[in-house]
Amino acid sequence: MSAADLTIGYRTGRRVTRVHEHLSFRLYPGELTCLLGANGMGKSTLLRTLAASQPALSGELLLEGRPLSHYSEKERSRRIGMVLTDKTQAGGLTVYELVALGRQPHTGFFGRLHRQDHVRIAEALEAVGIAHKAQSYTAELSDGERQKVMIAKAVVQECPLILLDEPTAFLDVVSRIEIMDLLHKLAVEQNKAILLSTHNVEQALVLADKLWLLSQERGLQCGVTEDLILNHRMDSLFGRPDIQFDYAHGVYYPIVHGCRQIVVESEDDTLLHWTVNALNRRHYACVQSIPDNTSLPSLRASAPDRLLLNQSGKTTLCSSFEELLSLLVN
Amino acid sequence: MKYRIWGGIVLLLVLLFAANLFLGSARIPFRAVLGILVGEEGEKTAWTYIVWQTRFPQAVTALFSGASLAVAGLMLQTVFANPLAGPSILGIDSGASLGVALVMLLCGGTVGAVTVGLTFSGYVAVVVGAFAGAALILGLIIFFSTLIRSNVMLLIIGMMMGYIASSAISLLNFFATAEGVFSYTMWGMGDFSGVSAGQLPFFCGILSVGLLLALLLMKPLNALLLGERYAGNLGINVRRVRVVLLISTGLLTAVTTAFCGPIAFIGLAVPHIARLLLGTSNHNFLLPVTMLCGAVIALLCNLISVLPGSAGVIPLNAITPVLGAPVIIYVIVNQRKIQYFH
Repeated sequence: MSAADLTIGYRTGRRVTRVHEHLSFRLYPGELTCLLGANGMGKSTLLRTLAASQPALSGELLLEGRPLSHYSEKERSRRIGMVLTDKTQAGGLTVYELVALGRQPHTGFFGRLHRQDHVRIAEALEAVGIAHKAQSYTAELSDGERQKVMIAKAVVQECPLILLDEPTAFLDVVSRIEIMDLLHKLAVEQNKAILLSTHNVEQALVLADKLWLLSQERGLQCGVTEDLILNHRMDSLFGRPDIQFDYAHGVYYPIVHGCRQIVVESEDDTLLHWTVNALNRRHYACVQSIPDNTSLPSLRASAPDRLLLNQSGKTTLCSSFEELLSLLVN
Repeated sequence: MKYRIWGGIVLLLVLLFAANLFLGSARIPFRAVLGILVGEEGEKTAWTYIVWQTRFPQAVTALFSGASLAVAGLMLQTVFANPLAGPSILGIDSGASLGVALVMLLCGGTVGAVTVGLTFSGYVAVVVGAFAGAALILGLIIFFSTLIRSNVMLLIIGMMMGYIASSAISLLNFFATAEGVFSYTMWGMGDFSGVSAGQLPFFCGILSVGLLLALLLMKPLNALLLGERYAGNLGINVRRVRVVLLISTGLLTAVTTAFCGPIAFIGLAVPHIARLLLGTSNHNFLLPVTMLCGAVIALLCNLISVLPGSAGVIPLNAITPVLGAPVIIYVIVNQRKIQYFH
């Protein structure tokens, strides 16, 4: 799928609300692409436009070289599979029956399943790792399992392109990692183009082949994850000066309004990182090397239980952060 | 398992249908009915008349009405994603009643005289009126469903429209004659005897169209369990399905209401009975079983209504809530344990 100079937005009566203009992008088979952006930045609008559930305002949107709007509903349903956050009422269906619904674009008028459909369903259940629950009611599944079932549904649709709207929302860390890992595996093994929107920056940076960053300031920026990161493109994502991206660790953090300064030293990077983390939380701005001004307190961390604090000429050895932080408060 | 349930229901259906032929307000010996059914001339011509002109049409009417209302309820529950939707809850049968009332008034007759001495064009007009009324309410509800996301709110809007239709009917009654009001009240109590043997083919014909449409909707109804956007992604033309569904439920509710009065609870409760029996929301099984269960329940209600024998006939709307309301209460109380609520 590719787009050139695409404008997305809404048309309500005569009023046209443009959410984003001049979008150009391309989705490739075999790649997992993560769409990142703040709430209200138009991630869902973009996904809906790609799924043709909402028309593009202008520009060109091609699927397999043909304009998306020229596809019939039926044709589209065999090319674009979707996983949404919508509430379903499918609790009374078994996992198997729900996944079987994904065969609808391929089955006849009454949706009767043939042998080859059953084979596809069994394969998909196996691929997402939910085969052991095939005969359970979907109502009895955990959120993570339910998400896997919906992904299996999209897999049996046999679409070259799968769009997922926040598939890891409401999931715990383990399920989040499982789902992202699963999607990456599907992209590679089944040569699918997968695009998902997410707020899960951490896992996206680890597993996404490509990132799409959607922001007010810069529109849509596409590229290989590492290219975007190392070109410092992550800063503008949220368009807020008080939220910064930590390029060393791949996380966003709030800027510290340090009312106090402290000099921090450590040979161990991990220890330094968490020491700074603790001090930032107490509104200390950490200074790496000692400037001329020696009136600042200083901290030397040589081990987690050896934190040497020098405060107004007095040196104290702290054996834990608990001790250190209680000293700093006083 | 599912096929055993299926077989059980069909057996029950046959038994109840037979019971409806053998039992009635008038006492006719078992052998005599058997004889009449196999084509012998009965000992008394009155008995032959009762069996063929009263009991048989009534049983067939009950069978078709039950199946129709139940399946209409099921479709509404699925499309509105609300297990508590139903033709009477959403005010669709009030709409049909309003249509009937208007037609009867415009034709100079009285409401409820549907059954008495109307010409063919007369009852076509009544059915068209009922359908227009039902479709109007359904259309309005579907219109509101595009504005309002919450299904509970939508249900309340349906109830409100039902009240508006009822108030219009009250107004019509206010201007109607005393006999008109009386016959309307009688009609409103519900009764499967409203279809004569002559009208039966017409009645069953239209309902069959509605039932057939419902059967054709099995696949999209399953997709709609996932919600409209998922259904759309599965290649379902949601708008078209809604229109067909509107026509089908409109026909089913309107025709039964025009002839038998607004019958409460069958449309609401029977889909739940079917789902609980089958343990699935899969319409491939659920839809036909709902039809069969609806027919079974309606035949049962009809049988109960003639129990007092010569003392008279109990109105249907005195029976259906007694059977239906406990089912709904059970379902609501146990909704945490019932899968299809989640």
